Amino acid sequence: MKHIAWIAVACVMLAACGEKPQTAGSPKSDSAAYTGTGSVFTAPGWKAGDKTAWELHLKARQQNSQNDYSRMN
Amino acid sequence: MARMKFVCDSERCIECNGCVTACKNENEVPWGVNRRRVVTLNDGVPGEKSISVACMHCSDAPCMAVCPVNCFYKTDEGVVLHDKDVCIGCGYCSYACPFGAPQFPSQGTFGVRGKMDKCTFCAGGPEENGSQAEFEKYGRNRLAEGKLPACAEMCSTKALLAGDGDVVADIFRNRVVQRGKGAEVWGWGTAYGSKKAGQAPETGAKS
Repeated sequence: MKHIAWIAVACVMLAACGEKPQTAGSPKSDSAAYTGTGSVFTAPGWKAGDKTAWELHLKARQQNSQNDYSRMN
Repeated sequence: MARMKFVCDSERCIECNGCVTACKNENEVPWGVNRRRVVTLNDGVPGEKSISVACMHCSDAPCMAVCPVNCFYKTDEGVVLHDKDVCIGCGYCSYACPFGAPQFPSQGTFGVRGKMDKCTFCAGGPEENGSQAEFEKYGRNRLAEGKLPACAEMCSTKALLAGDGDVVADIFRNRVVQRGKGAEVWGWGTAYGSKKAGQAPETGAKS
């Protein structure tokens, strides 16, 4: 019994001597922006998960907010 | 969709720093880090020009090329993002970037660099879209909310254009035609040109 206890203690003590793997990580996979956030602050006019609707919405938003020639002339 | 791109119209930028403030506020950027800065060329000289500078999300991003731990990735829309859980804060990306975009918080013990922080095109990071973890590490994910980067949407003179590259080019081209000058686009060739990033521009060519 004492013999087994000593082996157990030795295993616990030697476990600290093990080296942790140092393999380089890679970035976690990111979900696409068109899948949405589910936030209440989401801009209206498109449906989360619909890539085409998201793209069209962003293009329209860009024209409306940044192209002042088309807005004012 | 074409790639997401930034361009700053130096004929319009009035150095108000609204873009800098919008970015800091929207993403709660840590003290000591500015993801976006306004740079003035020939400051104080008549005809001085100002431009708003941040990560340009290059086509052939040099930061991605030099990162020893491969923490960068590019989304389908061409936005260059990075994983802070993989970044070791070595700073190679800041030396490689022609725009000085990568920033490092300096609150580490004995001046140790923290994880790199940079403009995300308001597209968050690899955490779950819209989650608290994503916001704390990378800031708000406006793209996934159907919005464009806060800096461009906040720009009072619409000098800073952001979004679909085709639309950006269309808006800028129309401006140049209308006003008959100011066709120089600072950084466009370096970030989105066909030549390899980091190489010297051809003689007389605009960068």
